[in-house]
Amino acid sequence: MSLSRADRQLVTLLRGCALLAAAIVLLILLFLVKESWPVLRHVALTRFVSDASWHPMDGLYKLTPMLSATLYSTLGAVLLATPLGIASALFSRYYAPSLLAGCYRRLIELLAGIPSVVYGFWGLITLVPLIGRLHPPGVSLLTGILVLTLMILPTVALTVDAALAAVPIAYLRGAAALGLSRWGLISGVALPAARSGIIAGIMLAAGRAIGETMAVLMVAGNVVQQPLGLFDSVRTLTSNIALEMAYATGDHRAALFVSGLALMSTLLVVVGTAELLSREPQHD
Amino acid sequence: MKKLGIVVALIVLIGAVWGFLRTKPDDTKIEKLVLTGSSTVAPLAAEIGKRFESLHNNVRVDVQTGGSSRGVSDARAGLADIGMASRALKDDEKDLLSFTVALDGISIILNKANPVEVLNKQQIIDIYAGKIISWKEVGGNDAPITVVNKAEGRSTLELFLHYFGLKNTDIKPQVVIGDNQQGIKTVVGNPDAIGYVSVGTAEYEAGQGAAIKLLPLEGIAASVENVRSRSFPLSRPLNLVTRAEPVGIAKDFIEFASSTQVNDLIEAQYFVPIPR
Repeated sequence: MSLSRADRQLVTLLRGCALLAAAIVLLILLFLVKESWPVLRHVALTRFVSDASWHPMDGLYKLTPMLSATLYSTLGAVLLATPLGIASALFSRYYAPSLLAGCYRRLIELLAGIPSVVYGFWGLITLVPLIGRLHPPGVSLLTGILVLTLMILPTVALTVDAALAAVPIAYLRGAAALGLSRWGLISGVALPAARSGIIAGIMLAAGRAIGETMAVLMVAGNVVQQPLGLFDSVRTLTSNIALEMAYATGDHRAALFVSGLALMSTLLVVVGTAELLSREPQHD
Repeated sequence: MKKLGIVVALIVLIGAVWGFLRTKPDDTKIEKLVLTGSSTVAPLAAEIGKRFESLHNNVRVDVQTGGSSRGVSDARAGLADIGMASRALKDDEKDLLSFTVALDGISIILNKANPVEVLNKQQIIDIYAGKIISWKEVGGNDAPITVVNKAEGRSTLELFLHYFGLKNTDIKPQVVIGDNQQGIKTVVGNPDAIGYVSVGTAEYEAGQGAAIKLLPLEGIAASVENVRSRSFPLSRPLNLVTRAEPVGIAKDFIEFASSTQVNDLIEAQYFVPIPR
């Protein structure tokens, strides 16, 4: 099949765009390596794991507590937001009357558009004192997880909703013709058919949770320590960069770029996992 | 498709013209003023430099950080026209000239609901080192103390550690914060918190009704007034340093930075302008 002139031009343009997008990611990676090079040159990689603490001004660069804080907070938020988001999407797609479902969807979209600083500020003013009454000082891993959950909930709800909307109507009609109950239809047909879309949505939300900075910075306490409980104060990798970058110089600054590298690698692992999970069963 | 092409062409054209116009002033001679040193003074110097450039369009002000000691040694070696130091000159640096442009002071803050009215130096050290963990031990409620510390690299942290003779590795914080505003919000939201922020911010916020109180130190109230009169102990001068009596644009810059024309810039950085 030969392409028309316009088509060929379009293909060239699209290839250019795709190349540009890929190049930007690579450039960011290169830039991170370049900026962290001054410290990587004379500090062994293992020291980012084996040092006693994170005190970059004193030459101590332990990153692992922040890595676990990032992973725990993301995992907690995803575990909470996934069932809630799926339930919300099922409600608006299969149970709510269409008028209510429309309003509800607008509302969730609005929630998705709120800037993260606002969530953080709300968390600091409202949530932190509440949790502080339960277990002072209130700024903790738990507060971070709750604020993150709220932030990624709309992402999960909207992507799951879109995935459910994309289930071919013939499947649903077929299921209805077989006399399945509403729940039977949802659990046996709609959810399995929308599986890859749902997983992609959850991973997108996880990506957002990993990268979130301001909201977590305001409510999680930012003490660099290995979290042992939900009420421990923690610092995530992103908060670390935001907190210290403004005044960091020399090796300290380079060590912050190493945090960035660690974050980027974590994200790569998450995206890779998502790719594997959503690809696995191919039966059409 | 055609329209898009025209739009793209227009954008490119405008960009080219703009770029050309911007490179034009290169014809006239540009004088460069290099400042290096303290990362506390640098943001202020950069702001003052921007305003200075807008008044002298043939001058470029280049501000680099690297610590007060670098500022002093660069000024002495002539690597920088002006050095920046967030401390007074030491005895072996008296061969240089220093010009104080602003003062920096920090205040210990507590929540207004906290009955503790005064803490001595040793008590504050013990609280920050995690040896005193309940307000009861210093005459307050039976409640655990929430220690609020600053993130590494901040100048307030450096001044705080220096004054109390602490090392950051000794401090056992429950909360670590970035800027002054976050510190105030954290103490407002937690009746058992203790923190420290720049005096300028704390006084302003307390005046605006934030539920914080500023603790006196060594019997001297924490206020902008007392920082200005240099009687408040937890404060330091922000200096510009030169090797010899400044001449030319360096002289102009120092005079400009010491004038009342930059008071708003100084206050915007939460520093205290000196009486002129």
